[in-house]
Amino acid sequence: MSDLHVGSERADDAEAAAIERVLATTGPAVARVSARVTLGGMQATASRRHLLLPGLWALQDAVGWISPGGLNSLCLALGVPPAEGYGVATFYDLLRTERPSTTIERRCDDLACLLAIEPPIPTDVDAVESSPCLGQCDRGAASLIQTCGAPPRIETPDREPRVDAGPSPRLLRRALTGAVTSLADYRALGGFVALAAARTMGAEAVVDAVTAAGLRGRGGAAFPTGAKWRAVASETATEKHVVANADESEPGTFKDRVLMERDPFSLIEALAVAGFAVGARTGWIYVRGEYPEAYQRLVAALDESSAAGLLEGITIEIRRGAGAYICGEETALLESIEGYRGEPRNKPPYPTTHGLFGAPTVINNVETLINVLDIVEHGPDAWRSVGTHDSPGTRLLCLSGHVEHPGVYERPMGVRLADVIAEAGGVRGARPLQAVLLGGAAGAFVHPDQRDLELSFEAAHEAGVGLGSGVVMLFDDTVDLRAVVRRAARFFAHESCGQCVPCRVGTQRQVEVLTSERPDTALLDDLEQVMRDASICGLGHTASSLVRSARTLGVL
Amino acid sequence: MTIELRIDDAIVTAEQGDTIRDVAARHGVEIPTLCWAANLTPVNVCRLCVVEVEGSRPLVPACSRPVEADMVVSTNSHRVRTSRRMVLELLASSVDLDRAEPELLDQIEEYGARPERFAAGATKHAPVKQQDELYVRDYQRCVLCYKCVEACGDDAQHTFAISVAGRGFDAHISTEFDTALPDSACVYCGNCIAVCPTGALTPLTEFVRREAGEWRPDQQSVTRTVCAFCGVGCNLDLHVQDGEVVKVTSPADHDITQGNLCIKGRFGWQHLR
Repeated sequence: MSDLHVGSERADDAEAAAIERVLATTGPAVARVSARVTLGGMQATASRRHLLLPGLWALQDAVGWISPGGLNSLCLALGVPPAEGYGVATFYDLLRTERPSTTIERRCDDLACLLAIEPPIPTDVDAVESSPCLGQCDRGAASLIQTCGAPPRIETPDREPRVDAGPSPRLLRRALTGAVTSLADYRALGGFVALAAARTMGAEAVVDAVTAAGLRGRGGAAFPTGAKWRAVASETATEKHVVANADESEPGTFKDRVLMERDPFSLIEALAVAGFAVGARTGWIYVRGEYPEAYQRLVAALDESSAAGLLEGITIEIRRGAGAYICGEETALLESIEGYRGEPRNKPPYPTTHGLFGAPTVINNVETLINVLDIVEHGPDAWRSVGTHDSPGTRLLCLSGHVEHPGVYERPMGVRLADVIAEAGGVRGARPLQAVLLGGAAGAFVHPDQRDLELSFEAAHEAGVGLGSGVVMLFDDTVDLRAVVRRAARFFAHESCGQCVPCRVGTQRQVEVLTSERPDTALLDDLEQVMRDASICGLGHTASSLVRSARTLGVL
Repeated sequence: MTIELRIDDAIVTAEQGDTIRDVAARHGVEIPTLCWAANLTPVNVCRLCVVEVEGSRPLVPACSRPVEADMVVSTNSHRVRTSRRMVLELLASSVDLDRAEPELLDQIEEYGARPERFAAGATKHAPVKQQDELYVRDYQRCVLCYKCVEACGDDAQHTFAISVAGRGFDAHISTEFDTALPDSACVYCGNCIAVCPTGALTPLTEFVRREAGEWRPDQQSVTRTVCAFCGVGCNLDLHVQDGEVVKVTSPADHDITQGNLCIKGRFGWQHLR
């Protein structure tokens, strides 16, 4: 793109220094080569487009916004047309393209915080905005503070949430003891044993073990992990990638955050195992932008692990999301890493054959990946010894809402819903339970009559609900569930990427119908059908599932 | 490789790599499209072309989904018709379609879409943008089909002056920071105008006549000629009304232009009498 047309404004000194720092960490030279891209002999610059989002973050952190001059200079450096750079910047909630007030508080008013008992903490800010779920539902009443010249930070009430590993501590084994922030501590707790074991076993044996374990994805779709790995391992391409989807954004979900904050090395190790197993030399961790603490701990853990020479054979890059639920959709996440708008791709083809930069790619959720460590270290049979036949292993459950002790609970798959609730202290203030939300905003309500429900993939499926990302949110008898449904609808309208008509206009219309005095059920039916049938991705497919669930319960 | 599949009631043959839309069209089965065009890479965003494929839970976009052996495709089932009707209702209730291609207006009729059911809903508001003597951009007519972005970008012009910006219902077409078009990377080839299906992008000559109620396609003659500015040999279609050239296009199936032109071919006709 030698004839890139860029306006006359340029970065000021602070912005230029920020861009310089990003360019110095060039990362792997990779570029999406497809019929839609003409590299025009400028492959070297084009191949760094994946630094666009890090560059935008650097500008945002340095001066509080993406100024025209900053954008122009960044685009020139990366060979990105400024219109496209602007399209990317305006896609993300946390990036600002207008000069902001000095300090902005993004106050969560999503499902769990809607119920928070404590009033929000008064902060010294210049402006307050409404925020979708910040993944702090175990702490309550969370805010994200954005100040010019600093990365964002989270503020929550000073409450120590529960981290309960239950009868079979695995995923939370290390996290139980507090945050493991040094390599020495991680090794003392058995860290990097699995990676060594994997190398001894050989790549094929690792894929076999994961397959034999019957591990299924913990991000929401429950896809068999072994099948995904085998597909990528069998690809003959020289370039392959493994990606950790750490963009946890489903309202009511915070388990991956707890894992990353308390046990960051385990994700690095698990990703290295995945890369070794499928023959990928590049790994990526895409962390939610609203998780600054997890991001910093991962960066530190990666630095220390690399410096200790533990990551031979794989280069790992950590990327920060910037406020977009849709980037948790796997193909949107890949687009976002590549430096494009986080718009989901049409599938097929799937990432296993056409993933990051068009190469075969394994993309797994954080919890899924960390399970692999135990499978490799102790063997699939031992791993399968808890859980049910069709849903082996344990599951991280995110208890929030009107529960006495909110927090992350690790339980064997198939645990009874009522038992988990009881172990979390029951309904707050011993009030009557009205409903439990399973699976988040894209999930469904469960009536107290169904409290014997087993939390396994098969039992949930049979009951017509989904475990999704492990959300278990309680609502007592004082809650107006219609308000909860309206908030969820507003969430989807806010988070729709806007690419396809059914979701872009459908989520907007759904909010309008639900906020009318008497929601027209014929319209809700039609909106549900077009979004479920004709949207490109899972966001549109499930944007009406809570509405449907509420109607089944007779709430709407 | 030749494969067989079923489209509605007929077993048809196709080549590997064909899309469902390609094959259906060859066999006389018409599937409506809005964001698809012969000279652009399918982006499958309008979802008007969705069809039912056995074994797939959601409907699939016919414009981009490659055919597979033994696929069973229904192009006009109740589910398909419901989605198409809803896509049309959602579009027609949010943007002004009165200058859209006649096919789109026919489809609203055919599928029984009743956008008035959402009359109380939000609509796209945007002031008409006229920043030069050639284009008018009226984004309250924009259905966000991405065609202009593709034509400006790597499907034709490689200028990349515009992109989709924002997100969700607020997504819109924009230059960087909404920079005025003359200050942007725009080279005024007009290839975005040529592909716009809803009249959101028009040449000034057309816009002015439309506003005055003097745009009369039925009274226009179209004369095909060859552009005289350089030696490439682009075909031009001169649209003439009341003895004046009111618009210049190039045929989409012309092997040189594929419907694209440059500023001279598309706008340099003032000397013609």
